[in-house]
Amino acid sequence: MLSVKNLHAGIEEKDILKGINLEMKAGEVHAIMGPNGSGKSTLASVIAGKEEYEVSNGDIDLNGESLLEMDPEERAHEGVFLSFQYPVEIPGVSVTNFIKTAINETRKAKGLEDMPASEMLKKIKEKAELLEMDRKFLSRSLNVGFSGGEKKRNEIFQMAMLEPKLAILDETDSGLDIDALRIVANGVNKLKSEDNAVLVITHYQRLLDYIVPDFVHVLMNGKIVRSGGKELALELEEKGYDWLKEEVGA
Amino acid sequence: MSLKDKLVSNHIVLQESIDADSPIYGIRNEAIKTFEAEGFPTKKLENWKYTSLNSILKEDYNIFPSKEAALDFKDVKQYFLNDVDTYKIVFVDGVYSSYLSETTHDGIDVCTMGAALTKPKYKQVIDVYFNKIAKGESMDALNTAYAKDGAYIYIPKGKVAQKPIQIVHFSTGANDAMMLQPRNLIVAEENSEVQIIERHQSLSDKKVLTNVVTEIFADKRALVDYYKIQNDKLEASLIDTTEIEQHKESIVSVHTFSLGGNITRNNLNFYQKGEYMDSILKGVTIIEGKQHVDHNTLVHHITPNCESHQDYKGIFAEKSTGVFNGKVVVEKEAQKTNAYQSNNNILLDDTATINSKPQLEIFADDVRCSHGCTIGQLDESALFYLQSRGIGEKEGRALLMYAFANTVLSSVKIPQLKARITKLIAKKIGVNIGFDQ
Repeated sequence: MLSVKNLHAGIEEKDILKGINLEMKAGEVHAIMGPNGSGKSTLASVIAGKEEYEVSNGDIDLNGESLLEMDPEERAHEGVFLSFQYPVEIPGVSVTNFIKTAINETRKAKGLEDMPASEMLKKIKEKAELLEMDRKFLSRSLNVGFSGGEKKRNEIFQMAMLEPKLAILDETDSGLDIDALRIVANGVNKLKSEDNAVLVITHYQRLLDYIVPDFVHVLMNGKIVRSGGKELALELEEKGYDWLKEEVGA
Repeated sequence: MSLKDKLVSNHIVLQESIDADSPIYGIRNEAIKTFEAEGFPTKKLENWKYTSLNSILKEDYNIFPSKEAALDFKDVKQYFLNDVDTYKIVFVDGVYSSYLSETTHDGIDVCTMGAALTKPKYKQVIDVYFNKIAKGESMDALNTAYAKDGAYIYIPKGKVAQKPIQIVHFSTGANDAMMLQPRNLIVAEENSEVQIIERHQSLSDKKVLTNVVTEIFADKRALVDYYKIQNDKLEASLIDTTEIEQHKESIVSVHTFSLGGNITRNNLNFYQKGEYMDSILKGVTIIEGKQHVDHNTLVHHITPNCESHQDYKGIFAEKSTGVFNGKVVVEKEAQKTNAYQSNNNILLDDTATINSKPQLEIFADDVRCSHGCTIGQLDESALFYLQSRGIGEKEGRALLMYAFANTVLSSVKIPQLKARITKLIAKKIGVNIGFDQ
């Protein structure tokens, strides 16, 4: 599914990622944990194709195709989805219109006709129910005046609608109360299948109680310094990051 | 001969065509004197600092059409709003076209100024309202001096115009370069309602200069919604002056959509004379190339407890220039005024210009007045967000531009008109994505 090889990337001369290697197979859930400033969100943005980051070395392959030369929308068409840590507010575009446009633009890129309106409505209704979203919510301007929890639910709603192959959840748990966390995690779990993969980026172990990872990687100072099973997350929760910093000399 | 000299010397020809005893004869004579003394406005005037008419005044315009041009409805159908039933007042090269029009005298009058200015049955209304609100600045005066035809809309007390009214002025090019000076009068008496859509459309690549003046009188509790579609050819320039007098508890809105044309100057002046009124001024400007759009607005709060809402959005590409000059005056007596003004602009290219100049003159102490002006580029992080959802860069930019303009569209009350303007905007931005709100 996803293969990240020796990835070096940074912003304006400053190196942030210093040789990341990551292999994910279909059906797997991986978690990337690490202290603030370790490069977690940068990794998510680089995979999604944010232009301000420059990749100086290495490669990112999705199902055998390099993503690096692709624009963000082309990556989306290939099945990459990023749930934003800070979803952008766009006044004047409703949630419904936004998701319709996203779906039909993706279909257009694949040479398909627009999704029939009735099918679209049915799907929107079904996925909104999955995320326990109010109907009124769908006609509001995208993310404008949304609470932290509503924004994250809306991200996962979009994921549900777009059905990506690789979903990257960047700090999806931040700003969520326990109920919202449960709803969001439940949504992600329902969308998980043998054909897709989920990369969960988080500072805390909390979300991983709900979205249980197959592998946990620890990112420090731009490198993955340790990988393990889900028990690694528990260990980090208990002991913090300092002991690992000392061990790996990062 | 300069255009000014031509207009002054030909005025006598115009006057010979009407009875010297009619009231309009004297009004037109006075007006040409004002124009002769003041001439065309220049950049030396504070209100015209950012808009020069020089480039369009050099043309040798025909000021009286000599050839009559007939139009087939099917050839101009696209310029009308067709999916809703409307009254229509249509002019071709300044001459009323009964063939393309659909007027009425059933409870309300929707007809021509030509008739209103000459027929006795309209005399009473004309005497009370004609040329009473127009301030008599030089372009106003020039229009008054040549006032001959245009739309005349009279909604008596308690009446509601059941259909929107479309005012359309075509220029065909049959008379080479033309200068047109339509004059519209809208009188909405107590408790009346009317919706009006105005459009000026050139059908050839001949130069056109339109100097239009519209007077709107809204009496107590009248509701008037006025929409201006400015999407003309690049050879056409427009000086559009709209003067509005409002009385107690009336609500008047004017939406101006400026997408086409060469030089467009909008003078929009509201005078509030009564309590508990609302004046709504909204505009979307999307231009490119060397297009120029100037919005010059005035809201004069004379009486207490009133509101005004101004919201102008502009998107400027290439070497286009925008001007927003919005003046709000709150007189000493106009306590408890709420006046809001906002002007937001996006410059898509380094070569585009916007001159934004809010002016507040507040003489009352218990008022709420706000004004905000922004000039920026499209939000790149918002664009990335859209792209990450599979929306291409070009479509993403279009979506953001549409979203930016959408706050203005949301208050358009005729759904078919809103859909039409949405399409015009999508076309102007150069994409076709399914915006249906």
